[in-house]
Formats: sequence, structure tokens, C-alpha cells
Amino acid sequence: MTLTAPARTAPPPAPPGRAPGARRAWRKASPYAYIAPFFTLFAAFGLFPLLYTAYVSLYRVELQTPGDMQWRGLGNYTALFGDEFFWISLRNTFTIGVLSTVPQLAMALGLAHLLNHRLRGRTFFRTAMLLPYATSVAAATLVFSQLYGRDFGLVNYVLGLAGIDPVDWQTGTFASQAAVSTIVIWRWTGYNALIYLAGMQSIPHELYEAAEMDGASRWRQFLHVTLPGLRPTIVFTAVVSTIGATQLFGEPLLFEGSLSGGISHQYQTLGLYMYEQGWGFFHLGRAAAVAWVMFLLIVLLVGANALIARRRTRKEAGR
Amino acid sequence: MSHARAAGRTAVRLGAAALAAVLLAACGGAPEGAAGGADGKVTVTVDLFGSFGYEEAGLYAEYEKLHPGVTVKQTDTEDEADYWKSLQTRLAGGGGLADVQAIEVGRIASAVQQQGDRFEDLRAYGAESLRSGFPEAKWAAATGKDGRIVGLGTDVGPEAMCYRTDLLAQAGLPTDREELAQRWSTWEGYLELGRQYQAKAPAKSAWIDSVGSLYSVMIGQQKERYYDASGTLVWETNPALKTAWDTSVSAAQSGLSAKLDQWSPQWNQAFAAGSFATLPCPAWMLGYIKGQAGEAGKGKWDIAKLPGGAGNWGGSYLAVPRAAKHKKEAYELIAWLTAPEQQAKLFRKQGNFPSATGAIAQIADATDPYFSGAPIGRIFGEAAKAAPVQVLGVHDQNIAQQITNALGEVERKGTAPEQAWGNARKGVRNTIG
Repeated sequence: MTLTAPARTAPPPAPPGRAPGARRAWRKASPYAYIAPFFTLFAAFGLFPLLYTAYVSLYRVELQTPGDMQWRGLGNYTALFGDEFFWISLRNTFTIGVLSTVPQLAMALGLAHLLNHRLRGRTFFRTAMLLPYATSVAAATLVFSQLYGRDFGLVNYVLGLAGIDPVDWQTGTFASQAAVSTIVIWRWTGYNALIYLAGMQSIPHELYEAAEMDGASRWRQFLHVTLPGLRPTIVFTAVVSTIGATQLFGEPLLFEGSLSGGISHQYQTLGLYMYEQGWGFFHLGRAAAVAWVMFLLIVLLVGANALIARRRTRKEAGR
Repeated sequence: MSHARAAGRTAVRLGAAALAAVLLAACGGAPEGAAGGADGKVTVTVDLFGSFGYEEAGLYAEYEKLHPGVTVKQTDTEDEADYWKSLQTRLAGGGGLADVQAIEVGRIASAVQQQGDRFEDLRAYGAESLRSGFPEAKWAAATGKDGRIVGLGTDVGPEAMCYRTDLLAQAGLPTDREELAQRWSTWEGYLELGRQYQAKAPAKSAWIDSVGSLYSVMIGQQKERYYDASGTLVWETNPALKTAWDTSVSAAQSGLSAKLDQWSPQWNQAFAAGSFATLPCPAWMLGYIKGQAGEAGKGKWDIAKLPGGAGNWGGSYLAVPRAAKHKKEAYELIAWLTAPEQQAKLFRKQGNFPSATGAIAQIADATDPYFSGAPIGRIFGEAAKAAPVQVLGVHDQNIAQQITNALGEVERKGTAPEQAWGNARKGVRNTIG
């Protein structure tokens, strides 16, 4: 901030006929007025629930008797950390996060690179990329869970044609996590590709021309021109995807319609675990504690992300 | 900086005002009885789960004809667990409730013991006079310690065994319902027949849909399940529960099950595909089977007496929440819907077995052509009379879910039974928390 803050200059002369004092006051205050709507809404629907959740997480509260709150201190948190299913869901969140985010961003990058070339029907392809994102999670997940059906699913039918035994996509730990990840990948790849595409188009064309003159192949151009130019965009998508992966909820919930993420919690994510505590077992205090742990986890992950990104930039700068 | 701070204070004040407005709007709701309308027209809203079948049986239309000026509007959630979740949220918030809300028997203890004050005490409307028309067990479950009556009983779930005659014939087993009832008079006999079936079964067909349903039906034959009469949790030491668990595990390990998850889309598809030969069926399941197996299944199904004695699985109540808009009209509607004549009509059309004693007598001779003309009135009537009066507890439904999950692990993942049982225990601890 210190670098970008403008140097203080004398205020421009006030137009004649107006009280200079009032004008100056308005000029100083008006930015706050403009941003007030967002921060008002944020205070009401973001900050207040956040703090209230922290408050609730210190009590024993049941949904059936919400007026009856018993002080529990950090009891909800210790119970949480002593619960095996919490750790399972934390691990699942991580593995599903990696299984969905890494291929998703890699594919988005490749797609964006292809779309960046001149090709016929470019607008059509670009619009088509956004279609999965525009579909509702519920609809997409229901279709996917049919595709992944053990006995009558299309995926197993195709595998059967190749002579592979049917896979129980809902029961196997890796199989179910992979299945849930494909839904996430399907929904978000196009979205990220468009972001990358926008980033690519801001890379000066001369760089490519120069690279071509030097005889660099398309692949080399991608590695040495596109990727470095895209670094801020990639950091942005990585952060957003990390947050999304940590909060993953709709896909695993609807995949089988089970709150526990399958019969042995094999694909229960933190979001689902929270929902199960709150709306399956009606332990609102416990659920609030999970919510706060998730919040802190996201802050931690985003911080780590930013740190890594800054390290990279500093290293680049030092080179 | 003083400007900024002033602006900050303003923002906080604005925020507080906005928040207050939101909270006020949330708490306000409509004033009681205001929505009655000056023209005397009343819309009574009914919120149900699963298939109560009132609409299909034409009961609302009949009621509207009998009560000009009353319109009945129904909403329905297929899965009871989803329904209960949203009902709990709305009861806690006090908004968005229908005039009539259904409560499953597995939840009635929770509604009576924990939320009795959120529902109208039906004694105020004269429900006491209906008591003699219901079996004591059905009535008592919806009555609080202070005598308040939370709901009126709809159906009950006497159980039998539904089976596919064509599949049994292909495997060389008898198809006559009396002979089968004799062969599977015990659960051991049922499993033995299952092993014979599995040896010669048509491809991709199993003896039973899931061991979860086997467990549910066996536990439905018990008086005490998860709680004892004093309200203490006893499920871990209950020998009857252990027997049900062991039998289900043995069925899973003998490969008798189609490994389906009840109420899942796969399970639904399996009805038509013939993936299983037998399905323990409470009376209310008949309508579901017809819906899933469709016209093509007509005459292929039959019903025999349940192995191991009579049992009950499910059944429901209709209640009027405190926050209902038209309480009096709602009570009149549920009193009419649960009256013997309507319950009998509903059984003939939809298969939901009546809880009103008067209705049970009326339907004794009923048969069902879809199920090869099985004497459903007699089979379910006898089961209803012999079914035990169950001890109900607050967490029944959630505990059952944890155990069914654990059985699924044994059945579908081959988890060691001891380990699965340990998982069920952890799950139950989480539930009760």
C-alpha cells in the first residue's frame, strides 16, 4: 500500500459559488458512502453470522431445543478433535480436493491454450465451456450418480465392453472419491479455462512473435511465454479452487443422498460432516465448531498459497 | 481520520439497522388467524413425506366436497429423513410450517418429549373422544407425560414377506404362499431357502434386496430395541438386536443379498429388473412396489406371512403445529382423514394399513390382484394384531441408520463384522453426542 498511495497534493481549487468546506468534507466522505452498501450487507450477513457461530460453538445447543443453551467452553472442539470421523472427513476433503483441483486446472490451462488459437466457431466453443458451470449442482450430480450406478450405470457398462469388472462407484473409497471429483472437474474446468483465456489475451502478442522468430515450438511458447505471463491468474484460480475444495458440499451430499458420505464415511467432506452434525444429529453447537475449524483452515490454506506465490515472485525478481 | 471514523460509526449504525430489520422480519410472521379471509374460504396446507396416498385415493376431493369453502393443499417430500430435517429447522424458527405436519412413528417420541410445546395439544379440540377408536399403543405413543395429545394416528406398518413367484419358480422353489410361510416360519428357514435359491438363481438375481432391510424387519418384531421401557439406552446389550445383527451378517456373508441401498435410485431400478426375489414388506410398501415395478410386475408378485412372527415397521401421525394458521380447520381435517371409513378406503386403494380398530375389521376380506390376489386384509390384519407394542425412543431413527450403514459395510465392502459394529458404536455416540 505504501508504494501505491498517491503523494499528497494540494486540493484542486473549488469552483466558485460553493462552500469549499462542505465540498471538501463530502469529497473525503463520499468513498465511504459508496462502499457502505457492501460493508453493511457484509456486516449483516457475513460478520454477524461468523461471530454468532463462534459464540454458539462454545455451547451445547440442539436444534430441537434451540432456546436451551448450556455452556460447554471448548468442549465442542475437543470432542471434534477426538472424533475419528472428523479426521476421516478432513483427509477426504484433502484427497478429493487434490483429485479434483489438479486435473481441473491442468485441463483448463490446456483448453484455454487451444482456444487462444484462431479456430472456426471460437465463440461457440467459448460459450459451451461455461455451460457446465451454468448447470445446477443438483441436476449435474443426479445425472452423474446415475452414470456411476453399480448395476445399471453407463460407466460400468462401458467398462464392461472393455472387459473390466463393474466398479462399485459409491462404496469403494478411491472409486467414490474419484467419481465425486469428476463432477467437480466437469463443472469447473470450463469456468477456469475462460479465466485463463482472459489472462492469456493480456499477454502481449509481440512476445509470441519474437518467440516464433527464434524458432520456438508451440509447446516451448506455452512453457516460456504463456505460463510466466499467466502466473498471477494461476495463483488466483488456485486460491479460489482451494476455497471451493475445502467447502465442497453439494456434490458429495447428492451423490448418494447420504449425510455420512457413504456407508463408511468414505467420501464425507468437512462440509458434509458439518451438515451431518447440525442437520442430521441436530447438534448445532458441534456444527458451529466445525464451521469455525473450516474457516480457520481456509484462512491458513489461503495464507500458505499467498506465501508460496510471494516467494516465487521474489525469487523471480532476484534472478 | 475523524471523517473515516465517523463514517465507520455510520456504517455500523446502518448495519445494525439493517440487521434489526432483517431480524424483525424473520420473527414477525403472519398474525394468528389473520389469513382466514373475509369470504370464509380457507386453504388448509398439509405437508407429508413418502406416500400417504390421500391425494391419489381422492380423499381431499371428497373432503372439499363435504366442506365447501375449504381447499386442501398438499406438499410432499419423498425421503422421510429430508422431510424431518426441514421440519426441525422450521419448528426451531417457527416459520414456514403447514397447518398439518406428518410425523413418522420413529420420530414421535422425539416430537412428544422434546417438542411437545411446539404442537397443538389436540385435547383442546376434543381429540380425547377419539381415543377408544385406536389401539392403546398407537394412541399412547403420541401422548405426552402431561397428557397432551400431539398427533392422530394414520397407518401402521404390519409386516409380511413380498416375493417374486416367477423368480422362485425359475430357481425350483415353491411359490405357494402357504407352503412358503411354512418353510420360512423361522429366519433360519428363510436363510436356508435363500441358500437354495442362490444355488440355482437366475443370473444377476439375489434372494433379498439388502441386509439392511432384513435387519429392519427383524428389529420390527421386537418390543424393546434401542431403549428399554424406562428410557435407558440398551441397544448395545439388547440380545434381540444382537440376533438381528448376527442373522443379517450371516446373510451378507452367504452372499444372499443384492447389496442395494434402500430408497436409492438403484434400488428403484432393481424392482423392474428382478434383482431380488424377496422383500420384507410393511403394508405401506405395497404401493411403493406397484409404483416401481409398474404394470409389467402385475401378477408376478405375491405375499406370504413373515418369518419369525409378526412385526411392525413404520406408521405415522398427523399433527398440528403451534404456528399453523388454521388450527381448527386443520384438526377437523386430520380427524376426518384418520377416521375408520377413510383409513379403510385408503387401504383398499393404496395399501396403507389402518390403525383405527374399526377400519381393520372393515377390510378383513381385502385381496390385491397385483400381488396374485393375495389376501392382504387377512395377512396384514393378523400381523397387526400380533405385532408387539414397541418402546420408542428419541434417537431410534438415527441409531437404526448407523447400524444399517455398518451392515452395509459388511455387505458391500466385506468389512469384518466386529469392526463394522465398532463403527456403528462410534456413529451412535456421535448421534447422541
